[in-house]
Order: sequence, then structure tokens, then C-alpha cells
Amino acid sequence: MQRYSIVSLARNALTGHRNWPQAWRSPEPRPEYDIVIIGAGGHGLGTAYYLAKEHGITNVAVIEKGWLGGGNTGRNTTIIRSNYLYDESAAIYDHSVRLWEGLSAELNYNVMFSQRGVMMLAHNTHDVQVLKRHIHANRLNGVDNEWLTPEAAQAFCPPLSIDRHARYPVVGAALQRRGGTARHDAVAWGYARGADARGVDIIQNCPVTGIRREGDRVVGVETAKGFIAARRVGVVTAGSTPVVMGMAGVRMPLESYPLQALVSEPVKPVFPCVVMSNSVHAYISQSDKGELVIGAGTDQYVSYSQRGGIQILEHTLEAILELFPMFSRMAMLRQWGGIVDVTPDRSPIIGKTPVEGLFVNCGWGTGGFKATTGSAHVFAHTLATGEPHKINAPFTLDRFRTGRLIDEAAAAAVAH
Amino acid sequence: MAENFRLAEGGRIDRERPLRFRFNGMEMQGFAGDTLASALLANGIHLVGRSFKYHRPRGIMTAGPEEPNALLQLDRGGGRSDPNMRATVVELIDGLDARSQNHWPSLGFDIGAINDLLSPLLPAGFYYKTFKWPASFWKSVYEPRIRAAAGLGVAPTEPDPDRYLHRHAHCDVLVVGGGPAGLDAALMAGRAGKRVILADEQSELGGGWLARPDVPLALAGRLTELATLPEVTLLTRTTVTGYYDHGYVVALERVTDHLADPDPDLPRQRLWRIRAREVVLATGAIERPIVFTGNDRPGVMLASAARAYLNRFAVRPGTRAVVFTNNDTAYVAALDLAARGVGIACIVDARANPEGAHVAAARAAGIRVVTNAVVAGTEGRRRITQAAVARLAGDGGLAGHLGEPMACDLLLVSGGWNPNVSLFSQSRGRLRFDERLQAFVPGEAVQATSCVGACAGDFSGFDGDPAPLRPLWAVPADRPSVRAKAFVDFQNDVTAKDLGLALTEGFRSIEHVKRYTTTGMGTDQGKTSNVNALALVAEKLAKPVADVGTTTFRPPYVPLAFGAIVGHSRGALFDVVRRTPMHEIAAAKGAVFEDVGTWKRAWYFPKPGEDMHAAVARETAAVRRTAGLLDASTLGKIDVQGKDARTFLDRVYTNAWSKLAPGMCRYGLMLGDDGFVMDDGVTACLDDRHFHMTTTTGGAARVLAWLEDLLQTEWPGLEVYLTSVTEEWAAIAINGPKARDVLAPLVEGCDLAADAFPHMAWRPARIAGIAGRIFRISFTGELAFEVNVPADRGAEILEALLEAGRAHDVELYGTEAMHVLRAEKGFIIVGQETDGTVTPLDLGMDWIIAKKKGDFIGKRGLTREDLQHPDRRQLVGLLTAEPERVLEEGAQLTEAANPAVPARMVGHVTSAYHSPNLGRSIALALVEGGHGRHGQTLHVPMPSGQSIAALVTKPLFIDPEGSRLHG
Amino acid sequence: MLLIDCPHCGPRAEIEFRCGGEAHIARPASPEETSDAAWRDYLYLRRSPKGLHLERWNHIHGCQRWFNVARDTVSDEILAVYPMGSPPPDLGRT
Repeated sequence: MQRYSIVSLARNALTGHRNWPQAWRSPEPRPEYDIVIIGAGGHGLGTAYYLAKEHGITNVAVIEKGWLGGGNTGRNTTIIRSNYLYDESAAIYDHSVRLWEGLSAELNYNVMFSQRGVMMLAHNTHDVQVLKRHIHANRLNGVDNEWLTPEAAQAFCPPLSIDRHARYPVVGAALQRRGGTARHDAVAWGYARGADARGVDIIQNCPVTGIRREGDRVVGVETAKGFIAARRVGVVTAGSTPVVMGMAGVRMPLESYPLQALVSEPVKPVFPCVVMSNSVHAYISQSDKGELVIGAGTDQYVSYSQRGGIQILEHTLEAILELFPMFSRMAMLRQWGGIVDVTPDRSPIIGKTPVEGLFVNCGWGTGGFKATTGSAHVFAHTLATGEPHKINAPFTLDRFRTGRLIDEAAAAAVAH
Repeated sequence: MAENFRLAEGGRIDRERPLRFRFNGMEMQGFAGDTLASALLANGIHLVGRSFKYHRPRGIMTAGPEEPNALLQLDRGGGRSDPNMRATVVELIDGLDARSQNHWPSLGFDIGAINDLLSPLLPAGFYYKTFKWPASFWKSVYEPRIRAAAGLGVAPTEPDPDRYLHRHAHCDVLVVGGGPAGLDAALMAGRAGKRVILADEQSELGGGWLARPDVPLALAGRLTELATLPEVTLLTRTTVTGYYDHGYVVALERVTDHLADPDPDLPRQRLWRIRAREVVLATGAIERPIVFTGNDRPGVMLASAARAYLNRFAVRPGTRAVVFTNNDTAYVAALDLAARGVGIACIVDARANPEGAHVAAARAAGIRVVTNAVVAGTEGRRRITQAAVARLAGDGGLAGHLGEPMACDLLLVSGGWNPNVSLFSQSRGRLRFDERLQAFVPGEAVQATSCVGACAGDFSGFDGDPAPLRPLWAVPADRPSVRAKAFVDFQNDVTAKDLGLALTEGFRSIEHVKRYTTTGMGTDQGKTSNVNALALVAEKLAKPVADVGTTTFRPPYVPLAFGAIVGHSRGALFDVVRRTPMHEIAAAKGAVFEDVGTWKRAWYFPKPGEDMHAAVARETAAVRRTAGLLDASTLGKIDVQGKDARTFLDRVYTNAWSKLAPGMCRYGLMLGDDGFVMDDGVTACLDDRHFHMTTTTGGAARVLAWLEDLLQTEWPGLEVYLTSVTEEWAAIAINGPKARDVLAPLVEGCDLAADAFPHMAWRPARIAGIAGRIFRISFTGELAFEVNVPADRGAEILEALLEAGRAHDVELYGTEAMHVLRAEKGFIIVGQETDGTVTPLDLGMDWIIAKKKGDFIGKRGLTREDLQHPDRRQLVGLLTAEPERVLEEGAQLTEAANPAVPARMVGHVTSAYHSPNLGRSIALALVEGGHGRHGQTLHVPMPSGQSIAALVTKPLFIDPEGSRLHG
Repeated sequence: MLLIDCPHCGPRAEIEFRCGGEAHIARPASPEETSDAAWRDYLYLRRSPKGLHLERWNHIHGCQRWFNVARDTVSDEILAVYPMGSPPPDLGRT
């Protein structure tokens, strides 16, 4: 693998950049692998990378129906944070943030992880109670998160309106300074390049059409390029998990919904951090290119159309203008949709399934991008050893039977 | 500055109405009917901006919304600042202030242009390969500089003074585009009596006809007839931006942007939300640039744009032009320009043997035509000065220059035409690559969509045919240079080499190429670049274009102001505000309000000099000493009627309702079928088949919807009718030892005495002469009554109660005091003690789960393994070791006083207050195995490093025997 | 924005409705005899198919009546609207 650096850039400049090696190969699949990963998004490619790097397992294929990184990895609003309430969540998301912090160096690929701070706004007493509960729990879990007054929140994010007469005035905020954003495509590309260099085959444009079982164990996958045998198969197909798991005869506690986002036209730096408000439903940051990146909510119905109704964006922009009135004349440049798999408790499922050798990593809902690193890391462990890593051990499929939910949404969203 | 390039006559401008404007501080003049771009060109201005990455000088390239270069910052005064406005579609108004973007210190001399010199080091995706070392520099050095260099215009800094409105419309046929094809479609539908909306983005209808030297008389004829058709609505200055599902279309009407001094009653823009039974797309076609070295200099312009500036705006875009084409349409432009005095140095046609009427006409007009030739390079720093022409070799390479470079100040380009299929694609219609046109045309429609005219690939209405053409995706450079650049995407500075690099590095999918190079990702969304990029990639991969695919067209077609999308839902109209019937009284008494859902509830009533703490202390003390009045109107209220009402309640509450007698009330808990607490409230039996249910304030709508769902879908056999009566009743709670004394004098027809009116009874009564109901229920542990009267009498009754209470030192109290008082008694608040993960058992409310009655919602869920676990978090009371110390709600509890991080947390504080009645702090908490921990000390580690010790107790701090309930 | 043909009110915009998720999930008749696994299935397991989806909608800002909709989750096309309690119509597809 050629190292990327300013030196290699300069050297290649002399030859008109005609001699760069491929970032990854486009191989044909072999008939059998030790491990097949379905889905070449950030989570799947990262899993392959860590399997090769940390577990020495390189006889691995990542099979992708379209182009790598083309699902939610390339469609999200790139927010990264770990200030989740429950110990289980904080553990996996903070594991992720720590891996993000070293990722550019680790991959020799600039993923532009930018720790500009994620600020979550409180608009009423209930919000304050909820955010303070997070702050206290985070601190004791070693996760940074601090309380800001409205004035301090505005100092951190000057466009923020803290007008006390607003319909839902800002009464405070929780700030995680280690949170931020990253360049979403680069994460997939960096992991793909790293995995490929270690021998992993990334097979693009190869839809999986079936999962073959012999009794209660998996023996391989049927694909558009024929049958590929594998004794261990990891399903990492956010947005299509119910469909893919259905091929193995496993029903999942999941529903897939459109999740929309939009960007504005690019402008000079005006927005220094990430701001989220659960009460008025707004998520906003500014990309390095200058676009305001705004996340909207999910549509209310199951859909695989990668679009959604404009009323969802309308609602989101109402909230944005409530918080940042000066953005009224900014223009929406592009809107798009992803498909998110949502579990009943809004926490992921990472681990074993009723089919031996078949593992699943899914149900990240709207929050999967931030966990790309940690999720891939612990899922690689799970695939390599057959047993969950202690960080993903609580995120079982079985919790929906016993009732041991990890309900971040319930803990945040109930009004009284 | 005088206009030097305006033709003496012609055009559709109004020469009687000159307009003054400024560009980069220079005073200029144009006319009504000009766009900003045409006015700039009339003043000889081509250089209008700097490119995104290399800061190369850029000029006006198009005459429409596809413009990639001419993006200006406009200021209309009063906070009306707009970045990135396309000069080609901005109508000129008097006093407009326009500035070019993305340069420092000036447009003419831009330091950022050093990037152009450094460009060999800045190929596509260079930032992924560098800026990684040292790691700390990314945040402190590299990223801030990248961010400062990126962006284009400047975001507004002041609130937007303008208004935006929405209009909802339905029609049989929506026609998009007011060119000849669109007008004909509208006429046909209109004559058939259909309800038609025709939307066109320009200031006048006519489309391509407006760019002709003589606008056909047919235009006036059609417009006259359309005006007579009553069901036809014509919208100009209206751009259809989005085509969504089920015929839902969004269009932006620019109502006052073209007016210097608009009527203040008019909105700036109006967003039309149209549901159309059928949509006809007559959106025309967009001319393609050609990718050749130096194709981005100011003065390089699409041939059709030059023709539009000449004919429609009477502007000579240059004095001497070279025309570079691969099809016939550019000949028409060349002939028009020649006829109006622009010298045509040469038409350079890539085709080997072009023939036909237009070619013949050009030759007949004495214009030099060279064939099988290309423009292979250009010169000129701020404006093109010359173009080098070369002969094409058989292999697609160059076969040497054709003479010396030709001097010119204008280079017109036509690389063919792309049907404008953006909306068709948005509607999910599939696209097909047409070999003859070398362009994507509409394929199979998915919705009721039809395409007509050039949008459909039918160019019969065009002057000149875009086919046959010679596909020409990238012209080889005439001299190999690391700095030679042939641009594909002008705005984002993506060159043919960048696309090649992406392919070399293994980015094969067009989506990868697009994302890696950023081609097509600018504010123009690739309107002029996408097909060229796609075809170039196909050529390099040696695949048919159709196999490379097409990128998705996503809404909006052109950028759409946030304000227009939001409409009037701003400020006070952002969300509804619900106020109780007694709101004004509370406000007059100085209440501070808090948001609870969409309600405004009185939070506390500070007297002069009091803070919240002091006010709450006074209010809570009054309730326990004399009596207090609380506005409880916001609680959800549901009228439950029908012969099966009792059975229904039995199924949705955990406790039994079969024996609740008329005249009595009962507290109930509702669970979800997962066994977790969902809502609570008191329900009264009005008669055997009629109940009055209350819910939490925030849960009212959710509970009603859920109950209705159960009745309609789960138990359709039950005869029960639900009606929301939340807003029918005003409710006032009177709590305290003097409650009866305050209320009694006002009441007729009802004996309030303890034996006649026991706890948890209700009675109809007249209160201060108003017919209503009295409930003897208590959320404070005090003797308490809740008075309900029709909502319109609420203020009246509160005044009466305040008056009656004066002798007893009665106080109004707010939600904060209410919270303190109920916490003293350990009463839960759903949403505070519970969070969707809490069971009745966790709350110590085993008593409310009926053992004998049959099934109820949540019963089975409760028996699940984890919900029965002894170590679940359970509700307890907490008393801090230091009585004055009030815990923070949300604070976490640990067993160790100073635990190491990560610490094991065993619970959290759900409610914490100073209790004036106890003279100390109290708290409620959910603690692991809490029911077995009474008497233990737990710790609350605070951010300061200090830890607060607290004793675990029963969640009951006052009057454990409950004697106060009886006064 | 979907256009939904309410059986009681006629075609109305999606914002008047609330989607109630997958249809035809029967609450077990004897919950106490239902295993934890079967209770989990009832509470949480959903088909979420790519293609034909049978789902419940409520005209919450209109007549407030519940009804069933057959919709294609790939095209979002509504294929049929039918009453609560009725079996799904035969649409010739699965």
C-alpha cells in the first residue's frame, strides 16, 4: 500500500498523477472465504479491516449490492458524539470516539474527524432534567459532557438565538467538546483501502440473493456472482437488514424508515460546531466545504424508496429558523434520504442470531455513523471469536424477549 | 459607467426605464427587462467571480438557472443579503448592489489564485492524502484554513425582514415550462375544460421563442387564448423545484424579488404546493459545454446564451467570436451575432462533413467554417484573447494546429443539448440514453407524467437541430502541461484529469467518481457538467454511457430559500400556544409560565422581590397551612361512554373498575403492552356507562389516540365512545386544611362534609352559581377539592375562589409548588419518575395491579424475566446528610463516596426540592434494588469533585398516616 | 407527500394521517399462556418488507377512523385501501 502524504503527492505531481495505485482492487469472488460480510458500508468495511488487522483473518470477502459506502455511510449528517445515557451505550459510543480520534493516522487516510463540539439544547425543565441526567452519567462513565448557560451556549455558537421570548427559548445546553463531525465517504474509502491492502476482497455490484443454511447453521451466501461458501457470515446491511435476514429465515425486531437530510449552498465559515435540539427537532453543522448540513426526522411509514415527504424537511427548517433566524435567506441546495433500521428501543443489535455462524450488526437507527469505528471493532471481535466483545455483549437480540432494553429514546423523549 | 455593448435597438428590454445598480462598488446602468447578467454584459463585464478551488477568473457562461460561474452576493438593503445568487436569473432592479465572491483582496487580483499555481499538488481528493500530520494540526491549522478557503458567498448576519407564504392548489394538469411546447399543452388541456396550472420560471412566457431575433406572433395568439380560459392559471417567475410522490409538486413563485419598492403586504416569495392529477413537463433542454483546455476563461459562453443576450436583451456579448460546436444549433447563434455586427472569426466544427441549411447559410454569409477541428487551447487572463484551433486525427487525438491562434474576445461553445429531465427523474421516471442526441431522455414514467418538446428529446421546435452531432467528451490538450486544465465542472473546479485520477485510483462507480472529485456537487447541481462527466468516465472505462448509469436528480431543481420552505411558521407561529381559561388572571398576578407540551402553565407566582425559591416556599407553605389554588385545566380529559365503558377501563388500567360506583373516582395507571408505565390519572364514574377520565397534560393526545386505536382495531366489539373534553372544562384544585372552608360558601346543592362527600368522591354542584362538578381528589396529601366548570366560566370561578379565599390567606400556586407538594408525599409524575422503562412494581405500586380481574394491557409484559428482576431500579426517597443541600435532578448515585471513573452507578435522582414544610431538602430517586436499601447511605458525586451523602428512605416524607387528607 | 384515500373522507394529504405500522398483528388471545418469545414476536417483530406492505393508518386530523392500506414500500404506491378487520385484498402479489 502506498503511503499517502504531502511527499507522495509532490512526487506524483511530477508525473501528472498518472501513477497512483488503486485505492482498492475490484476482484472476482473466490468460491469460499473464512468469513463473508454482507454490506460494504463503513461498519462492514471497518469490520473487515479489524478482522485483518487485529485478528489476522484475511480470507474475508465484503459483498456489496451497489458501490461501497453508498448506503447510509454516504447519506448521513456525519455527527459524532458519545454522550449517551446508559452505561452500555456510553461504552460503545465512547469506544467509537476514541477510535475516531486515531483513525486518520491508523488508516493513513484523512477522514477529517473534526472535534468541534456537539451542543444539545434544552428548552424546558424536562429537557434540563434529561440533559443533566446525561451529563452526570457521562462524567461518571468518563465521557465528557458539560452544562452551559444560554449565554455560554451562544458564545460557543454565535448564530444561536437565545431570545427569551422565543416560542421555545434556549434555557441551557449540554456540550460534548470531543464530539464533532467527519467526512463520511472518507471513512468507507479509508477502511476499504486498509482492508484491501491486507487481502480482503471487496466485491461490489454483487447483490446477495440468498443465505444458505444447512439445518441451523449458515454455510454461505447466494449472490449475483454465484454461491460463495463461508462458515461465518456477518450481516451489516443497515436499511436492508429485515430483507437480508429474511433470506436466512430470521425475523427481526426492526422496521426500516426513510431518514432525510439536506444541505444549503456553501458559504464562508459561519457555524463553528454541531447543534442538536431534541425538543424542536433540529440538527445542524457546517461542512468543510461550507454547506450547512441539516438532519431531519424519519418519515412515519416503512419505505425503501430513499426519499420522503417534504413536510419532514419543512418541520426541520422551521426549527432551524427558530434557533437561527439569520439563516432564513440561506437556500436549500440538495435534499436526500437514507433508510434506517429502527429497533423498538433505538439501540443496535450486535451479535449472534438463532442461526449458527450467522451474525448481525444492525438497528442503529439514525445514529449509526458515529459508531462506525467502535461497531466495526467489536463486531470483528465477535466474528473472529464467535463470541461478543464485552462492549457489544448487552446488545443482544434476546433482550427483546427478556425485556432488558437499552432504551435511549424513552429516557430522553417522554414529556409530562 | 456607460453601456458600450448595448445594441441601439431591439430586445425585450424597456428602454424607457433605465435602472442604476452597482457591481463591486462601480455604478452601472441597465434597463427594466434586463437580468443582472445581461446588464453586466451590456457594461462590458464578463469577469464576475472566482472559482471555488483554484480561484480562477470566471465569467458569465449561460443565460439561465444552470449558471455555474456568475454567482454574486446581492444586497437589497435592510438585512436582505443573499449569497450565491445566479446573475443569469436575477432580474435587475433599481439600486441593486451586487458583489463578486470568493476572492481577496479583489476580483481582479486574488491571492487565492496561488492555488492555481499549486494545482499540481491539489488534484481531486488531495485532502484525503495529506493534512494528517501532526494530528493536532488538523483542528488548529489545516481545517480552519480549508474552511476559510471554501464556501462561496457570505451568510446573512441579520434576521430576514421578508415574509414568505404557502399556497396549496389542486389541478388536473400542471404544465411546467412556458415555451411553445408548454403553451400548446396548456392550451389543449384548457380547451378541454381541465383545471390547468402553467408554471414558468421566467419573467414572461415564451421560453426559447424569446431568444429569437423576432418573437413569433404565435406567442401573442396563444397567450391571448389562454387568458380567456377560466380554468387556466398562468404563473410566471415560478420555478417548479420538486416533484414528489403521488403528483405532489412544489414550486417557488418570486413575488417581489424583481421589484425595487414592493408593496409591503406582498410576500417576498410564495411556495406553491400543488397536487396535480397529471404533470406535463415542457422544461426544454440545456446546452452542454465542451471539455477542452482553457474552457473556463471569461468570454467563453454557451452559444445559445450568447444568442439570448443578443436577441432578448439587445446585448453584444463581444466584438469578435470564435464558435466551437459539434452540432448545428451554434450556427444559428453565429448567424444572429453576425447579423448584429459581432465578428465571427471562425466556426470550428468537430464534425467531418457538416451539412444542411444552417451550415450552408453560415458559409453563404461568408463565415469561415473549419471542420473536423476543435479548439484545443485558449489564452487570456481576465478575458479570453485567443483560441488555438487544431485538426482532429482519426484516433481522436490532435493532428496539429490549424494556423495561428485566432484572436477573439468571445468563444461560443455548443457540445450538444441535454433534455432537462431533472423533474422527470425526481418523479422516479427512468431515463434512457439516446444515441442520436448523445443525451439522456425520459424513458418510462412512473407517475402520471408526460414530457413534451425538447424535454422529451423532440427538438423540432428548435432553430437548428442538435443532432446529428459528433460526440466530443474531452478535447485533448494541444500541449502537455501539468497545469493545463480542461474543466468539466466549472464551479467546483473539476477537470478531465481529476476524473481520470479517480478512475486510476479505482473509483469506478459514477457515484464514487462524483464524490471523490465533487463533480456535479456545486450550487448548479451539475446541470452543465453531469452528462459530460458521465460520458468521459464511460469513454475512459470503454463502456457505453448507459452502462455507467446516471446520477440521481434530487430536489430542489434550483436552490430554495429556507424561509420559503418554512412559510409563516416562524416566531409566534412556530407552534401553537395553548393557554388555559385562567391564563390572564395568572399573568395579571405576575405568574412566570413554563412550557408543558404546547401549554403555558403558571410555574410560580413571585411577589415583588421574590425569586423562584422564595415564591415556591411561600406557596407550598400556604397549601399546608391554609389552602392554595392551582389551575389544573391542562390535564387531559376524556369522556368515556357506552355500555362497555367499564369493561374497557378494566382492560386499559391495571386496577379493577367493575365496582366503582357512580359518584366515585379512582386513580389508575396505564401501561403499554410491554409492561412499562405510560400514563396515569383519575377517572370518575358519572353513571354506570359514563366515565370522566383524566390523563397527564403531555400525554393527553397520545392516550386518546391509543385508546381510540384499541377500540377500533383491537376490540371493535366493545361499545364505547371517546371524546376529548380537555378544553371543555376549566379545572381548579383547592388544596389545604382550609379547602372546605374556602369552597363551602360558594357551593349550592352539595354537602361538602366529610361523611357526605368522602375522599375520592365527586358531586355535581353549583359553584358561585355556575353548574359544574366537584371532585374530592388530592395530589398534595391535603384535604382537597377540584372544581370543574365549563371552560368559558373558568376565569369567573377563579376570581370567586380568590375572593372567598382572601379571609383564609389562600394563595395561588404554580406547577413548581405542586411538584414539591406531591414529592413530599412521594406521588409520582409520569415522565419524571418514569421514563418509559419503569414498571408499577419499580414504583412500589404493586397495590394498583389487580390480581383477580382478567387480562389488561401490560399484564403479560410485566411478567417478563427482566421486569421481575429484583435488582431493577426502584423508587425511593433520599434525605441528604446536609439538610440544606438540594440534589440536582438527573444526578447519579453511587455506593462509593468517591468512585473511580468509570464508576458503577446504582441510580439517579428523579426529583429534588427544598421542602419548606420539612425545612430540608428531599428527593426521589430510582435505585437498583432500592426497595431493599432503605437506611443505606448512597453518594452523589458532583462535578466539583465533592460528593453528597444521602440516606435512602421510603418515598414518603410527610404525614405518613395520611391524616391530613381529611382536613 | 402521500395522497391517501380515506374510506370515509376521500383523498387527503398524508399530513392528516398517522401511520400505525404493520397491520394484521393480532394481540394473543390468551396472553398468560403466551410464551415470552411469542410475546416478543407480538410486541416487536415486524416484516418491514421490500414491496407489498399491509399497514394501518388513522385519519387522525379528519374522521379519526382507522383503516388498512396496502402499499409498495419501494415505489410508495398505494395499491389498496380496505377496512379494519377485513382480510387483505388479493393483489396478485406478495
